[in-house]
Amino acid sequence: MKQLCLRMLLLIGFVASGSSLAAIDTYEFADEQTRERFHHLNEELRCPKCQNQALGDSNSAIATDLRREVYRLLKEGKTDRQIKDFLVARYGEYILYRPELSSHTLMLWLAPLLMLLIGLVVVLVLVKRRRSVVQSTTLDVAEQENLKTLLEGSDTSSEAESNKRD
Amino acid sequence: MRRVYLFVPLVIFLVLAVLLGRGLMLDPNKMPSALIDQSVPEFNLPSLASEERILTRADVVGDVSLINVWGTWCPSCMHEHPYLMELASQIPIIGVNYKDVRADAEKWLVKLGNPYVMNVFDEMGTLGIDLGVFGAPETYVIDRQGMVRYKHVGVVDKRVWLERLKPVVDQLRGEG
Repeated sequence: MKQLCLRMLLLIGFVASGSSLAAIDTYEFADEQTRERFHHLNEELRCPKCQNQALGDSNSAIATDLRREVYRLLKEGKTDRQIKDFLVARYGEYILYRPELSSHTLMLWLAPLLMLLIGLVVVLVLVKRRRSVVQSTTLDVAEQENLKTLLEGSDTSSEAESNKRD
Repeated sequence: MRRVYLFVPLVIFLVLAVLLGRGLMLDPNKMPSALIDQSVPEFNLPSLASEERILTRADVVGDVSLINVWGTWCPSCMHEHPYLMELASQIPIIGVNYKDVRADAEKWLVKLGNPYVMNVFDEMGTLGIDLGVFGAPETYVIDRQGMVRYKHVGVVDKRVWLERLKPVVDQLRGEG
């Protein structure tokens, strides 16, 4: 049992570290801030060949090349904006994991909000309907009187029937 | 009136089925090229045939032609090669030998034949990045002014040539 636990822990460890260890290059940075920017860009940019991986996760040749290119541009003192524009000009918007807000990506950005609104409307309608059902089940005084006589009436009639059978 | 609501799940199912079904038909590798109707990028790289000969954009521009990105490490390029040999008589093909070893590439051309009018030796893949290459083979149609007019990712065979590339080439040649 103890060994099993240990194995599970090891496995979790491997899985958790998988993405950060997937691609290892050795790059030297002038300062910690540039290193941070490099890693951040590698997470924000998508590998064009292996489409479900970020640039930083992939070991494919093209991802290695593009990381080198990002590094080169950083070293030239380009801003994040300029680096992203550089890659978009070559690989298209596709390379951004977080596409820019523009007329053809508007739907993409607004869809979650739209879904939320639709959900809210559905919930509101359901709540309202349930409330009206609850209201209609509470009887006013006259209706209660009526119900009482009905119930008593059916009681006596069923009693009468059972008496007959005896 | 209420009964109509019973059809809501069916409608949702149908809409989803159509959307997901369409998703299955799409080719996930198909990416719109950012380079369409853009100029062939400037470059300064040696020719594959001779290390001393430096090729630039001016060397490849001038005629309606194909730019074919290939490498000896790429199995699909091997598959594509015989058809390029056939195509060579119909249109000039400019090779970009992408991230390759010079000796291997030279051997390949001697052994299998050389369909290219010239080969740019892009050892580090820098021209590849400027072209937006993400895998080989890739084939571009360029016009006389050196604008990229079409990009095909994957093997060029008879079908691709006749259905996709040739119509573009014919149109460009017609433009005079």
